[in-house]
Amino acid sequence: MDFRTRAIHVGQDRDSASGAIVPPIHVASTFVQPDVSMTAEYDYARTASPTRRGFETTLASLDNGVKALAFASGMAATHCVTQLLSPGDRIVTGTDIYGGTWRLFNKLLPQHGISVAAVDTSDLAAVAAAMTPATKLVWIESPGNPLLSITDIAGCAGIAQAGGALLACDATLATPVLTRPLDLGADIVMHSATKYLGGHSDLLGGAIVVRDPALGTRLHWVQNATGAVMGPFESFLCSRGLKTVDLRVRAQSATALALAEWLAAHPRVARVFYPGLPSHPGHALAARQMEGGFGGILSFELAGHCDAARRVVESTRLFQLAVSLGAVESLIELPAVMSHGSYDPAARRAVGIADGLIRLSVGLESFDDLRDDLAAALNSAASLN
Amino acid sequence: MPTPKPHDLAGHSTVPSHDEQPLPTAGLGPSTASVHAGEARQKPGFSITDPIFAASTYTFRDTQSIVDFIEEEHPREEYGRYGNPGERVVERKLAALEGGEMAVLFASGMGALVGLLMAHLGAGEEIVFFDECYHRSREFCRKHLTRFGVGFREVPTCDYEAMEAAITPRTKFIVSESPTNPHLSVVDIERFADIGRRRGVLTLIDATLCTPYNLRPLEAGVDFVLHSATKYLGGHNDLLAGVVVGSAEKLEPVRNLRGIMGGVNSPHNAYLLERGLKTFALRMERHNANGLAVARFLERHPRVEQVFYPGLESHPFHAVAARTMRGYGGLVTFLLRNADGSPADWRQTAKVIDAVKIPRIGPSLGGVESLIEQPMVMSYWNYSPAERGAFRIPDNMIRLALGIEDSADLISDLGRALDVA
Repeated sequence: MDFRTRAIHVGQDRDSASGAIVPPIHVASTFVQPDVSMTAEYDYARTASPTRRGFETTLASLDNGVKALAFASGMAATHCVTQLLSPGDRIVTGTDIYGGTWRLFNKLLPQHGISVAAVDTSDLAAVAAAMTPATKLVWIESPGNPLLSITDIAGCAGIAQAGGALLACDATLATPVLTRPLDLGADIVMHSATKYLGGHSDLLGGAIVVRDPALGTRLHWVQNATGAVMGPFESFLCSRGLKTVDLRVRAQSATALALAEWLAAHPRVARVFYPGLPSHPGHALAARQMEGGFGGILSFELAGHCDAARRVVESTRLFQLAVSLGAVESLIELPAVMSHGSYDPAARRAVGIADGLIRLSVGLESFDDLRDDLAAALNSAASLN
Repeated sequence: MPTPKPHDLAGHSTVPSHDEQPLPTAGLGPSTASVHAGEARQKPGFSITDPIFAASTYTFRDTQSIVDFIEEEHPREEYGRYGNPGERVVERKLAALEGGEMAVLFASGMGALVGLLMAHLGAGEEIVFFDECYHRSREFCRKHLTRFGVGFREVPTCDYEAMEAAITPRTKFIVSESPTNPHLSVVDIERFADIGRRRGVLTLIDATLCTPYNLRPLEAGVDFVLHSATKYLGGHNDLLAGVVVGSAEKLEPVRNLRGIMGGVNSPHNAYLLERGLKTFALRMERHNANGLAVARFLERHPRVEQVFYPGLESHPFHAVAARTMRGYGGLVTFLLRNADGSPADWRQTAKVIDAVKIPRIGPSLGGVESLIEQPMVMSYWNYSPAERGAFRIPDNMIRLALGIEDSADLISDLGRALDVA
């Protein structure tokens, strides 16, 4: 079956008892057992729960994996992956990664004896050079956030495998609609389900998907032992969101490309970061690695005074000023003080996040309406130049 | 960054300050309106989405605030049966999408119809229906409204002369669906509205099948638009809701009666409806595309005797549909024939129903999942063959309510099922 058909039907079997076309929301914390052997499919909801498993089954199918695990947030999913490591192990990661991931890797993991090396993962030679015998995990994000760098997933998979490390890919921005990292050799795909999977700004969630059943079992053991699971209501809303994820992401990608082209030609815009533009250094790779679109996130810098960026993000009407991304409503923000404020300022500047960088998360509004909104905001900031 | 300040939440929901005014939606694209229409820009707690107010009742600070409320100096919430902040948001969104002044939400489509008619019809008055309207709507008027002294008539669908002839000085309402279900007859909406204007009767269109994406009855001059919001508006087969849209003047009595009769929707449902509406335009585009692709496929299939779909040039109402509708929706009805050209019997027809893999067997329509049913079995099993003949429900009729799956999957699934049967 095609992707969109699977998004609606796989893992969402009608309820056999009632015939209900939408499976019931199982809120139970515990499941009554036929006998003391605990052989029933479900026993305690932290281990597994029917509504959560429905979402996990759909997502595993969409990512072409064998097992998915759903978490209370994207950071809980990332944290679960890091629990595969031991003191003395090392992570090689990208420089263009989500601020929360940067904080977990750089502020928390070192307390447990795990070291982190950050390199520009769009440069495969730099990734290979960073590998040491202690490297057990390579963590990449493609497209990166907020600079939309493109990392060669298959290339990193080869390097990680040769070095005896696992490759994990945060595919939150790419979504399974546009990229299936497991097909490209990644061992683990991670999603902040809060973003495109849920898609409506109304839940927090995370997920990991794997293609090796044994790795899935290890990660499920960690999840069950640490307990940061997705709740039944969020699982229901995520499953509901997946039914339109293909429509949403394709529409958002088309609008984002049109906006990126329009911004690139705008006299007040100095630079646009969007992998769909031929001027983007990762464009050719993105065109190969992403299928049918380049995603709904783009960033840009203004020409001139950096206070103008603040004026722009505070003047839009349709683009609302908030962190997060991937939903039906368009959002606008300043990464340096908002989504990536958890970086150390020096580290943030070193990776190229300018104080005046503006990030857009393109929603489902029409291109004309969004362009008019940005045009008005750019004009209102013109006086600061 | 602004510092969050405490909100007077109840007052906030009914008397938005400047910053909390919904975005003006006139002139915005249908998808922009689906996402933003009716919603305050700043919501309680600075949430990007509207909170779900589960409260059954709303408290007053002191006695004076009750007096102010009663004397209408300070509009606000009072008790859940009279209104709920989340319900008001989704009502504003529905009104904006339909191009109407006000929307009143009910627990179901039938709840909305009953609420509207009970508020506007009294003993001695009459109502006239086109006869392909939903049979439960007509049953309510024929069996129950008549007990309250309201006269009921029905005339053949799209027979405008018969409709005019049925109107008497006592007639208060004329009613139709468009397109009708399952025959997909399309009413000339301007002609229908014109009859109402000229004859001084209220006009009601049940627009459940076309939705405001495909048809604009209020712009054509119709007084009320009714939807089973369970269908395309909610769109995910996971809630029940109904709505009436029209002018505030004509709907205030409906809102007041709803507060007395009590058929309100729940706060959780209202939120799911609002959430479903965010992808409304996107989904409708896909439903329309799937409807047309499947109808064209079926029309060419040797085992198909006839296809009912207003987007097909062969459909008797294609011209009026093409003139008035943006697209034709996801409902496709067809008749099955045997290899020798004779009409299939009901058991043979049921084989197709039982052989499809993607559409599930069930009533309803308008959700992301495709559904299939045989009207003779699903809705008319207890009627005699003569009655089914009068309803034009032959044994070999199949109704498809197409979802948003890929057209190619639906077509290959149907093709295989037709080969098996």
